[in-house]
Amino acid sequence: MSSDITNILVCGIGGQGVMTATEILAEAAIAQGHDVKKTEVAGMAQRGGVVTSHLRFGRKVLSPQIEPGTVQVLLGFEGAEALRWSHYLRPDGLALVNTARLVPPVVELGLFEYPDDPTGKMREAGHKVVAFDAMSIARDLGEIRLGNTVMLGAIADYLPFAPDVLMACIDKRFARKGEKVVEANRQAFAAGRDAVAKQLAATPA
Amino acid sequence: MAAVLPLSPNSPAVQRLLLSGNEAVARGVWEAGTRVAAAYPGTPATEILETLSRFPDLHAEWSVNEKVSMEVALGASMTGARAFCAMKHVGLNVASDCLMTMTITGAYGGLVIAVADDVGMSSSQNEQDSRFWGRFAHIPVLEPADSQEAYEMAKQAFVMSETYETPVLLRLTTRICHVKGLVTVGEREAHEPAGFVKNPQRWVMVPAHAKVRIPGLFKRDETLREVSETTPLNILEAGTDRSVGFVTSGPAYMHVKEAFPDAPVLKLGLSHPWPPNKLRELAAMCDKLVVVEETEKILETEIKAAGIDCHGKDILPSLGELSPQVLTPAIDRLLGKPVPPPAPAAAPPKLFPRPPTLCASCPHMGMYYTLSQIKNLIISGDIGCYTLGAGHPWNALDTTICMGATMGVALGMDKGRGSVDKNKRILAVIGDSTFMHMGMQGLLDITYNHGNVTVLLLDNHTTGMTGGQATPASGKDIHGRDAPKVDLFKIVEALGVPNERIKVVDPYELPTLFKTVREEIKIEGPSVIIARRPCVLIDEFKPTRPYLVEEDKCTGCGNCVEVGCPAIHVTRRDRVVKPSGKEVELAFVEIDSQACTGCGLCVQPCAPDAIQHVSRRDIPIHIVKTTSSS
Repeated sequence: MSSDITNILVCGIGGQGVMTATEILAEAAIAQGHDVKKTEVAGMAQRGGVVTSHLRFGRKVLSPQIEPGTVQVLLGFEGAEALRWSHYLRPDGLALVNTARLVPPVVELGLFEYPDDPTGKMREAGHKVVAFDAMSIARDLGEIRLGNTVMLGAIADYLPFAPDVLMACIDKRFARKGEKVVEANRQAFAAGRDAVAKQLAATPA
Repeated sequence: MAAVLPLSPNSPAVQRLLLSGNEAVARGVWEAGTRVAAAYPGTPATEILETLSRFPDLHAEWSVNEKVSMEVALGASMTGARAFCAMKHVGLNVASDCLMTMTITGAYGGLVIAVADDVGMSSSQNEQDSRFWGRFAHIPVLEPADSQEAYEMAKQAFVMSETYETPVLLRLTTRICHVKGLVTVGEREAHEPAGFVKNPQRWVMVPAHAKVRIPGLFKRDETLREVSETTPLNILEAGTDRSVGFVTSGPAYMHVKEAFPDAPVLKLGLSHPWPPNKLRELAAMCDKLVVVEETEKILETEIKAAGIDCHGKDILPSLGELSPQVLTPAIDRLLGKPVPPPAPAAAPPKLFPRPPTLCASCPHMGMYYTLSQIKNLIISGDIGCYTLGAGHPWNALDTTICMGATMGVALGMDKGRGSVDKNKRILAVIGDSTFMHMGMQGLLDITYNHGNVTVLLLDNHTTGMTGGQATPASGKDIHGRDAPKVDLFKIVEALGVPNERIKVVDPYELPTLFKTVREEIKIEGPSVIIARRPCVLIDEFKPTRPYLVEEDKCTGCGNCVEVGCPAIHVTRRDRVVKPSGKEVELAFVEIDSQACTGCGLCVQPCAPDAIQHVSRRDIPIHIVKTTSSS
C-alpha cells in the first residue's frame, strides 16, 4: 500500500519558511489529485529551534510520519539541519541543500561545535547531495525573500509531477501581490531549477 | 500570505480543504451551530480558537485561564446554546474543578471540551493522558485519528452531548492538532438556544442536589457503554492475518494500519466507555491481542480487568509518540520474529543541539542578562518564553512547575529556608499573561503572608510562547478589537504591594534595571519590578536600525555574547595570558544585520565601545516575522 507514497522531508530552523514551502508542495500534490498529509515535528520552532516538515502524498496516506530511511527527496534550508535529518534519506534518495550556515547561541558560547562541511559529511555517508546557495541566488535577483521560491525551484524537477504544477501554486499564492512579484518568483523558481540541474550535470552520478 | 485553500466560512457547501486537526475541529464546531467558544492559548491547541475567531456568528474569546473558559462554555450551555472550550492537557488540570461538578449538572446545549495532549512534549512541562478525565468525570471520550475525523467528531460530539446531557471530551494529541490533511467540509447548521430554565435541583449544586444527581452519572456510563457497542465511531476491521489483532484509538490507528495493513483492528473513536462485546469479538478472532494507545496504560488495564488477555505497555513505550517505526520491531519481537538491527546509515548523525532560544531584541534578554550578573539569588520561574532563561547563557531560572506556580514556590522557599539559605535573595519571575492566568492569587498570598520575595513581572503585552495572543493587558481582544486594558501597576498595588515598592522599568535599559533589581532584593518584604516592553512578535514592536561591530575595535571580551542574542556571532576565538598570569578566552564577534532589530542590549556591556549603528542606507531593515507554531 505504501509503495506509491512519496515522502518529502523539508528541514531548517524556525523563521526560514520551511512550513510555508511544505504547504505549497502539499498544494501542488493536491492539485495532482493525491491524498496528502503534512506534519511538523517537535520543537518550539519560532524560537530559533529545529523545524522539520514531513510531507507524504499518494493514493491514500495513513500515518503522517515519515520513517528514517524512506525519504525520496530531502529539501534542506540549512546545511547542518540537512545533515541532522540525512538518515531519513533512503539509499537512492536525493538531498537538495541550501548552504546557509545558521549558528545557534550554544555554538557561539563555545559549548558545541558546528561541523565544517555538513554536506561533505552527508556525501561521506553515501548520500547523493546537491548543495547551492539559495540566499545569494535570491540576492542576485534583488530580493532575499525570494530564497524560498529558489528552494521550491530546486525541488521542482524531482517530484512525481511536472514543475509547472508547483509553479502554478506559487503563482496563485503571489497573484494578489501583482504581476511584478509573480514574475520575480518565476525567475527565482527558474534559478533554483537551474542551480540544481547545472550541478547534477557537472557531477555525473 | 493568502492560502491557496482558504478556510472561508462562506465557501460552497461541500469542498475539500487542507486543514490541520486544530482547524478541522474549529470548522466542525462552527458548523455545529456553536454560539460560544472560549480558550486560553496553549500548545498544541492554540489554533482552534484562533481559527474560530475568524468565523462569523459566534462569540470567540481568549479567557484569562482554562477554568474560566470552561465556566463560560458551561454558562452558555445552560441557556441551551451549543458551547465549546479548548485547552492543552495541563489546562484541563486548571479547569478540572469546574469539570468535576459540571458533569453532575450535565449539558443542556451541546457542551464539548477539546483537550490536546502534548504527546512527545514539544512545548510542555509534562506529558499527561487526558483520557483519565473521562473516567474520573464520567464523561465520554472521543478520539479522532486524523483531520477528517477531528472535523466529524467535533460535530458528532455536540449531538452526543445533547442526547445524553453530558459534556463530551474530544481528546486530541499533537499529531492530530498539527497534522494537515484533506477534509471534506459542509455548512453551518442553525442552532437556536432553547433558553435557560430555572431548575435549582440541576443547576445549584449543593449536597442535597448532588446526591440526587450523582447516580445518574453511573447510569449514563452504562448507557454510553451500550452506545459504544453500536456506534459507527467504533469499527471492527476483520483483516486477513489473524496472528495479532489490535485495539487502538487516536492517531495510533494510522500507525497500526501503516505497519500492519492486514491485521484485525478494533478502532475506538468513542474510546470511553469502550465496547466489551466488540472487544471480545476481536479477541476471539486473533491469536494475540495488542493494545496500542498513547500514552498511558488505560485501555489495556481496563481490558485486562474485564478478563481479556492482551499485550500493551509490556512491549510498547508509555512515553512519547508511537509510530510505525516503534510498532514494527515490538510486534516482531512479540511474534518471535528476528528483528534486523538498524542499518548504520539509519543512525542519526551526532550534531550540536539547537534548543529554542529568545528572539533578537527580546526584552526578557535584558532581564536575564541582569540576573545572570547578580550572585546569591534563588530565582523561581514560571511557564512562558521566559522559561528559556533557564538555558544558556543566562542560567538564571531555578524552578519551573506550572502556570502561576512561581509566586507560591517563592513564598514557600522564603518561609521554609533555614540558616543555609538565609543570605540568599528570593525572586519570582512571571510574564503578564501568566500573571493574569494564575499568578495574581500567588502574589496575594505573598503580600498577605508577609513574604520576602522580589517579583519580576515581565510585561511584554502578549502571550508570547504560543505566538503572540492578546491578553487583558494588551488592550485588544481575540479579534484585535480594542478592549479595556488592565493596569498591572494598579492590580499589583491592589493586591497589597506598597506603592513605593512597585517599580516600572525598561528592560532595554540595563543600568537602571540592574540598579533597581539590586535595590529591591535588599528590601525586606514584597516588591514588584514591572519590566515593560512589547514582545518582538507583536505589531506593537517597532524594529529600529541594526547595529554592527567595528572589527578593529572589538577586543574579544565576549561581554556581548553573554547577553544571549541570536544575532551575535563569534568570528574568531583566541586565548591570551593577562599580566596577572590568568588565562583569558577571547571571542571576537559580528552582528548579523539581517537579524538585528536594534534593541541595543549588546551595546551596553561592550567594553571597547565597538558596537555602532549601521547607517540606514547601508543595509535595508528586513524582519523575518514567524507565525505561531505552538
